[in-house]
Amino acid sequence: MAEQRRLRLFRGTREGGELKEYEVAAGEGMVVLDAVHAIQAEQAPDLAVRWNCKAGKCGSCSAEINGKPRLMCMTRMSDYAPDETITVTPMKAFPVIKDLVTDVSWNYEVNKRIPAFQPRKPDAPDGTWRMYQYEVERPQEFRKCIECFLCQDVCHVLRTHEKHDQFMGPAMLVRAAVYEMHPLDQADRRDHLRHEGGIGFCNITKCCTEVCPESITITDNAIIPLKERVVDANYDPLAALWRKLTG
Amino acid sequence: MPQASDLRSHDYDVVVIGAGGAGLRAAIEASAQNAKVALVCKSLLGKAHTVMAEGGAAAALGNVFPEDSWRVHFRDTMRGGKLHNNWRMAQIHAQEAPDRINELEAWGALFDRTPDGRINQRPFGGHTYSRLAHVGDRTGLEMIRVLQDKGVHSGIDVHMECTITRLFVAGGKIAGALAYFRENGRFVLFRTPAVILATGGIGKAWQITSNSWEYTGDGHALAYDAGAELIDMEFVQFHPTGMVWPPSVRGILVTEGVRGEGGVLKNSAGERFMFRYMPDMFKGDFAETEAEADAWVKGDRKKNRRPPELLTRDVVAKAITKEIAEGRGSPHGGVFLDIASKQSPDFIKKKLPSMYHQFKELAHVDITEDAMEIGPTTHYVMGGVKVDAETQESTVPGLYAAGEVGGGMHGANRLGGNSLSDLLVFGRRAGQNATSKRGAASAIPDAEVEQAMREALEPFERQGENPYAVQAALQAVMQRDAGIIRDKAGLENALSELAKLKVRARKVGITGSREYNPGWHTAIDLHSLIVVSEATARAALERTESRGGHTRSDYPESVDTQARELIVIKRDGDRMVVRREPQPPIPSDLMAIIKEGK
Repeated sequence: MAEQRRLRLFRGTREGGELKEYEVAAGEGMVVLDAVHAIQAEQAPDLAVRWNCKAGKCGSCSAEINGKPRLMCMTRMSDYAPDETITVTPMKAFPVIKDLVTDVSWNYEVNKRIPAFQPRKPDAPDGTWRMYQYEVERPQEFRKCIECFLCQDVCHVLRTHEKHDQFMGPAMLVRAAVYEMHPLDQADRRDHLRHEGGIGFCNITKCCTEVCPESITITDNAIIPLKERVVDANYDPLAALWRKLTG
Repeated sequence: MPQASDLRSHDYDVVVIGAGGAGLRAAIEASAQNAKVALVCKSLLGKAHTVMAEGGAAAALGNVFPEDSWRVHFRDTMRGGKLHNNWRMAQIHAQEAPDRINELEAWGALFDRTPDGRINQRPFGGHTYSRLAHVGDRTGLEMIRVLQDKGVHSGIDVHMECTITRLFVAGGKIAGALAYFRENGRFVLFRTPAVILATGGIGKAWQITSNSWEYTGDGHALAYDAGAELIDMEFVQFHPTGMVWPPSVRGILVTEGVRGEGGVLKNSAGERFMFRYMPDMFKGDFAETEAEADAWVKGDRKKNRRPPELLTRDVVAKAITKEIAEGRGSPHGGVFLDIASKQSPDFIKKKLPSMYHQFKELAHVDITEDAMEIGPTTHYVMGGVKVDAETQESTVPGLYAAGEVGGGMHGANRLGGNSLSDLLVFGRRAGQNATSKRGAASAIPDAEVEQAMREALEPFERQGENPYAVQAALQAVMQRDAGIIRDKAGLENALSELAKLKVRARKVGITGSREYNPGWHTAIDLHSLIVVSEATARAALERTESRGGHTRSDYPESVDTQARELIVIKRDGDRMVVRREPQPPIPSDLMAIIKEGK
């Protein structure tokens, strides 16, 4: 049943590298990560690749497969024609460490600076809260994020314009949205989102939503409502002043 | 030649190894006591095994069944563990789990809700009442994200993609640890009077496993090397439901939540075979007819008893193994798990979204229409570092263990849902107690550090065998000889094969640089894999009975006199020694709780 498949993998470091071709026997149901592992085990033991769960739950094995940001563990070899060479390269929006592994530490730094969750006082004397399913479902959508950073990779503000120092990117906006839309949260992140987070850089091209392996509606459900909040915070006082002046 | 003086080094009050639920919870607690804390993890933060936990965290909150209490949870845990558990740990766990879950909510967790706005709880194998706080079927992801965010705002230093290779003991207590960074292969020395192991399990020692590359038993081996005792290593949990087809996904977990939400197990004849596998201990607690089980699933839970599919994991895994062995398996060597005929597509997609996605993407099976093919997969080790129930300190002063790497809590078999709560309860306790060691750590002799670095680098010096080949050979041995059903001949064979593999492991060679070189990492991990494999095989050979996750075809019965006996493993020079040790008897008041309802 096994057929020979050709893969081209990026081999190299920060200093540069090249695409190297490998052949691997592909069995039924094989995913790209399996092929990469087979190459690692038999032909190139020092081939660098991240992975953990192999079931689309941890977001470790992000890469670009034929130029498209994807999880290697959820991309089946049979999605490509048998004679097609499958090219796997590291995410472009982050610096390469080695081969398919990139330095994603920037995301962790950005996350650290998002103002922390601040719950309201407990609702019940035993220190617990009451929340209803319809209330939690909205932020629960954002908690599905597995931190694969594929949305960061595809976002042109980061990928093409390299505004990492001015824009937190869709993944971190989703992260902020969890707390902003959390029924118990009382912190105000609007100033952070506007200035340090650079939410204005997003011009709603929705590329992030398209690549999300968890099908989070990043743009419509997270970013646009956050943009609205930021706008309200910044322009409401002016409107208030205007009303005052005009009576 | 590596020099200790060339090392980067750090001083901490507490070093936590592993950043899953237990490690994060421990680090948060130690930091809350104003300790200077390092959290060291083999992968990126947030990728640990906890993230894959699906079903939920067990805690007697009583939100769905007000009659639930710590007593019932304790009883279920002890009976599920076949009375082998460290009773004090099981008691602490049952008593403290509700507070730990509520605490997560205070830190931002968004559990699914009951109609009156409280944390909802789902039924699970071996639990008398619906007890698992959950978020669909991605509870672990929720937990780890909440702990991660709490952790990064707690002033903890996180060292990511950093693997510990050696613990140092000086003057009879922990003095530090040596690690290398995956990114550049450089070494780092942590000087500390307290180390908390939170490294998880050993599942990568088997071929068919739900565990990732990280689960090579590092914490077990580090503790063993440092002179600590391991217990219960014969008790390995084979989860009844792993994917079996296609081959590339074999072993990937299918949550017990499928059965909790009404999924049934069927053999090739279409029979719901679990009715035939009721152990005496649980007779009377489970439905005896399909009609009764179906009524329970439909929500009438006061008058009807649970379906037998919700028996404990050891029982279900063995039943499935038997059905397959007797020729009633599915086309690809499993059995069928069917929820499509029991629940509506909308319900399934809502309650089990990641299972729906996983089968659709990886197996091209729509679980709202067709049955899944499943079979047992290596999932969890009940055994681990022997710890004090109150403090989590091991037999080496200053060395603590929490979560899967700790032994005793789950006895011979862990109940589903008891792991996530275990991580929180004992992670917190370990973090709290480890700070008591605060103060200057004992000096580590340079020669020991240099020796450890040299050993780690040795594979670069050799033109030897590929480390992946040795790892694969080890997995094949453990799968064949120390799997779900064992016997004397197989285990003895495993030990002699492991002795040969130990020699091969010392001769592996690698190519390439020290920068992010997985071949090198695999070569280093082989030591841990061999230690835990040998410990499992030796303990399994010593226990001449069948109990929970340890089944001997040559000793098929449980022997009451062995129920409270521990198999203890310890290093003596280069030799692994095994001895039996009686556990303290279960106090009469707790024994009365266990016997209630029987």
